[in-house]
Amino acid sequence: MTLTRRQMLRRSAALGCCLAANPLVTPVTLASAPSDNRLVVIILRGGLDGLGLVQPRGDAGFAALRPDSGAALDLDGFFALHDGLASLHPLWQAGQLGFVHAVSTPYRDRRSHFDGQDMLEAGTGMDALGRNRSGWLNRALAHLPGAASRTAYAIGRADMLLTRGAAPVANWAPDAALTLSSQAELLLERVMHDDPLFRDATLEAIALSATDLGGAMTATDTTTSGDMMNAMSESVRAARTGTQPETIARFAATQLRAETRIAAFSLGGFDTHSRQERNLPRALGPLSTAILTLQAELGPLWARTTIVAVTEFGRTARLNGSGGTDHGTAGAMLLAGGAVRGGRVVADWPGLAEADLYQRRDLRPTRDLRAHLAWLLAGLYGLDRTTLEAEVFPGLDMGTDPRLIL
Amino acid sequence: MPFDPRLAEIRFGCGLSPRLAPPGSAAEMLARLTGPDDAAAAYPIARFSTIQPQLHALQRARRARRKAKTDAARRAAEDHYKDLRRTLRTDAARWTGHTFLRRALTRDALRERLTAFWADHFTARGVGQIWSFAHLPYIEEAIRPHVAGRFADMLRAAVAQPLMLSYLDQYRSFGPNSPAARGKRGLNENLAREMLELHTLGANGPYTQADVRQMAELLTGLTFDMKSGFAFRPDMAEPGAETVLGIHYGGADARLADIHAALDDLAAHPATAAHVARKLAVHFVSDNPPPSLIRALTLRYTETAGDLAAVTDALLTHPDAWSTELRNVKQPVDFVGSALRALDLVPRHLPLSNLRRMQNLLLTPMALMGQPMGAPPGPDGWPEDDPDWITPQRLAARLQWVMSAPFQLRRALPRPEAFLIAALGDSAPEPVKFAARAAESRAEGIGIILASPAFQRF
Repeated sequence: MTLTRRQMLRRSAALGCCLAANPLVTPVTLASAPSDNRLVVIILRGGLDGLGLVQPRGDAGFAALRPDSGAALDLDGFFALHDGLASLHPLWQAGQLGFVHAVSTPYRDRRSHFDGQDMLEAGTGMDALGRNRSGWLNRALAHLPGAASRTAYAIGRADMLLTRGAAPVANWAPDAALTLSSQAELLLERVMHDDPLFRDATLEAIALSATDLGGAMTATDTTTSGDMMNAMSESVRAARTGTQPETIARFAATQLRAETRIAAFSLGGFDTHSRQERNLPRALGPLSTAILTLQAELGPLWARTTIVAVTEFGRTARLNGSGGTDHGTAGAMLLAGGAVRGGRVVADWPGLAEADLYQRRDLRPTRDLRAHLAWLLAGLYGLDRTTLEAEVFPGLDMGTDPRLIL
Repeated sequence: MPFDPRLAEIRFGCGLSPRLAPPGSAAEMLARLTGPDDAAAAYPIARFSTIQPQLHALQRARRARRKAKTDAARRAAEDHYKDLRRTLRTDAARWTGHTFLRRALTRDALRERLTAFWADHFTARGVGQIWSFAHLPYIEEAIRPHVAGRFADMLRAAVAQPLMLSYLDQYRSFGPNSPAARGKRGLNENLAREMLELHTLGANGPYTQADVRQMAELLTGLTFDMKSGFAFRPDMAEPGAETVLGIHYGGADARLADIHAALDDLAAHPATAAHVARKLAVHFVSDNPPPSLIRALTLRYTETAGDLAAVTDALLTHPDAWSTELRNVKQPVDFVGSALRALDLVPRHLPLSNLRRMQNLLLTPMALMGQPMGAPPGPDGWPEDDPDWITPQRLAARLQWVMSAPFQLRRALPRPEAFLIAALGDSAPEPVKFAARAAESRAEGIGIILASPAFQRF
């Protein structure tokens, strides 16, 4: 039996499974967007060494803990910026780059990447460890009036807990092209129909592939099996060269210029257990590339943009036996963008004397980094304090406003 | 619930094959698992200790290239390095092909699944141009021989592997008061922490930061060099006894036996039994497995002091493991492997000596599906949650692969109606049967059958 496309469409419609019903292909008007402010959340995986990035050279204890810490650019007479982010120094001078120091999630003592990242992305306290099923960004989205399916975008192949949850979040890797003939598309929708997990992901993948932003080719009536095979070679070729931070940032900017208001992605390589003088700059390069690409691609929207980069924990205050640092507690977060009140390092500095260190080994956290994230969400999107402290970041006391944005 | 051969092959094996009849009973599966490893004999993969001289030579060639003083010397060193690498790349392509041929053609498919499960439990990732060749040889040497043996033996084997000692930084961990530290080098907690959190007791296990620290001190001395492999160096070991979970190990002289005693105690710990039981149930049955199943596996582990054949037997014979509802999603390696088995792949279909083509056909698509082979995101291995795998872009990669790879691999494709039986048996859902008939081409029909949830779940 062979069906025409028209018959297939009618059958699909009768089954209630049709692409047109997918919210992703329904045009979203810009007027319905919740705010004009743009937020980019970057998860730095592996545990960024905050003391290595923003070096408290004015602290008498620093030189002893970190001998030979290399070149750094003075920030404010007390802190200096690691040379690996030198390309961002002009942003600092323009007041569009800032840092928060000596902060951490409530995660303590176990120092595991996996639990640490879970808590960072879930935004919960120690009591929820191991039971986290949704991320703070997703729960915040649920309270954004007018939020639609493309208001938030998770970019890249890593599926982030940060954006997982009940609120719809668009999810795509810029190199994931999907090319299907119309017939294949309809048959696929049909075999996926009774399995919500597969059905929803299929519809979204097809819809994303059909946009200029998502993939290289668009499925049409003339797409053939041969095209489908070439498409795999295309995506394989793209994958071989890797998803560069430029590509991710450019895709994010494309989305942020349209309906998207919040974009999230992650960068890895911060687990510098050894030879930090070589390995930390290697991880910082992609971060500065991503930020500068966003700045270049966002154009006038840069003025409304806040980028925040956070990590699961800081690292030990002392270098270890192999020139690296082990998993620690407090660290630093980075803020960049035209909307940021930059040019300063926000910190209630705990000091680096032996007795000041957390468990005599780590930088002591003096504030919950979730408080800073909460104030950002309040400032950018008007989320109220009760919601933030009860639902987005359960158990958080936001304290006073650090006034991170203009 | 009675034993179901079809379900056995889908849930505990590598999927259905048009060539090989499914096992007839759990006892038959166990007998094969505990019998000779025919698949490894037919499709060999080198063990780490076998390739270690090659890796050592590669390391020396790289050093020679760096230290060459003249252009001519540099070119010669470069050529030598490239020759060695080319040989290893060809070997690695064949090993990779063999992992898939084992899945496609074995009668003992449970062994392949268990090997993948335990390799994931003891994740050791090969980073860089030399170590990346070590991934499959590590599994072949440390994991595969023990999947029906004692957990304690597998634990010992895994932490004696250079790849593990390198991946989790153990070789650079020095007892702060050891002679080799010379007052300059110190402890690295990485392996000790992951051993307690991931390999044995579990993240919610009964240990503290002090236990991690003590374990790290106890493990000092475990190291390797590329020339002679694993070594225990007493001069790197922290002097004195250590206390882990309240038990004292060692004394004045550092001995490997003290580390082994601690590993045995960890392997025998009730928290380890529960941790391993839960992971098995999640991996093979459901992301939310029935507590009764976990209890049964924990009990069998405890009763048999971690005899993994017995624990596997408990899994295969528990009624909760045989729900006809397919509640798990295949990981990409299982998805691709079972597709190749359903397609009746044989050695001549794979470009076994061409790593680039192997990458294009299998490895890069798997990376796009979210599972770059041998490179999991961290020491905790691959995620088990189904939604982690079925995101739009990862599913897109699965769809793209099923639409094109079968033709590229097989050229002559079976009729979709026949393939339907090969891939799903006689109980394919109606929409899949319909799609097999309605597809415009064989490639498309086969692609849609492989894309169906009925095939992607287990």
